[in-house]
Amino acid sequence: MEIVEERLRGLLLQGLQPDAAAYERFLRELSAHLRAFLRRRLAQRPDEVEDLVQETLLAVHNQRHTYRADMPVTAWVHAIARYKLIDWLRAHAVKEARNDPLDEADELFAASDSEAAEARRDLGQLLRTLPDKQRLPIEYVKLEGLSVVETARLTGLSESAVKVGVHRGLKALAARIRNMAPAPRSASPSGGREGSALAPPGVRESQGE
Amino acid sequence: MKTDELIQLLAADERPVSATAIEQRFAVAAAAGVAGAAVLMLSLFGLRPDLRATMALPMFWGKLVFAAALAAAGLVLLRRMARPGLAIGHAPLLLAAPPAVLWALALIALSQAPAAERVPLILGSTWRSCPFNIAALSVPAFVAGFWALRGAAPTRLAWTGAGAGLLAGALGALVYALHCPEMAAPFLAVWYLAGMAIPTALGAMLGPRLLRW
Repeated sequence: MEIVEERLRGLLLQGLQPDAAAYERFLRELSAHLRAFLRRRLAQRPDEVEDLVQETLLAVHNQRHTYRADMPVTAWVHAIARYKLIDWLRAHAVKEARNDPLDEADELFAASDSEAAEARRDLGQLLRTLPDKQRLPIEYVKLEGLSVVETARLTGLSESAVKVGVHRGLKALAARIRNMAPAPRSASPSGGREGSALAPPGVRESQGE
Repeated sequence: MKTDELIQLLAADERPVSATAIEQRFAVAAAAGVAGAAVLMLSLFGLRPDLRATMALPMFWGKLVFAAALAAAGLVLLRRMARPGLAIGHAPLLLAAPPAVLWALALIALSQAPAAERVPLILGSTWRSCPFNIAALSVPAFVAGFWALRGAAPTRLAWTGAGAGLLAGALGALVYALHCPEMAAPFLAVWYLAGMAIPTALGAMLGPRLLRW
């Protein structure tokens, strides 16, 4: 545990400098832990796991300004993963009876699984719904692997506009994902699948307070 | 898109983030909330005409200190609630202290007053409007506080919404105190808190809807 904490913390702090290589390693290690954690949690929905891994990674990234150097990375990430999982469970009104608490940060980091399954929701497709100012920078920087400078030249945008475009695009992407799922509250009366709109009891207590 | 590709994409977004981004947003929100409340107060109610004379009375400052202490405690609390995985620590004690002191003062005042004067001490002359005026003045800080929190990642949305409502109520009360003619601790102990309870309850209701991320 402590070893994982120390390594992830080192990578994240470097990554926030920002050091893109360290940050990428942080995300990669994190994704393996998240995958193992979510696979266990969503044992009956294995094909949703990768979606949620991606959504959680995006949330970790978009909320990286909420990390404070004096708190354990494991606790921070666990809280984000737990929030995303609960949000997902509520929105999808999954019936799975799960009585085990989601309260142990250690558990998230006890295992890791680097074998990604195919995500069901295609973020690439979602990306295409973004406005050009955000979509183009993301596509060039990421899909073509171009630098900010090259992207700026190709798109005719300024370098800072490219950076802002990537940044805003990632936020917008997270918002699109959020809006694809029905909001937990409004969904509950009618949105129940499989005959029940009830989230597992443990889940309701932990987020509905 | 594969997860690996997503990771590369996220790593390519290398805009530096500020470690105090949340505090900055709260500072802006609190300032905007107070400024908005001041504008509303001046245009709806006006300063109390004897403000200068009142400034010599300890209770005038007591009101301000009470509201400011609550607002400060609310900020301490929200600052922690805005970050995933951070325990709220002793913030609830800070939050409980100002009302506890005020209630103690109110009980002392009531116990020393003759029986016939107790009800007037509690009701003052503005009890009907006071809570609603405070709630009205809390609107700018309420909006600003929710804006600030939408740039953060609270995980207990109803509680966080309540915290933002309480902060807004405290800032509203802080500004309302410049208009309010009441000076008795028993009045403040009931009606000021009732005024703050309105945005607090509203915040708890709206939190789960507006603060999702």
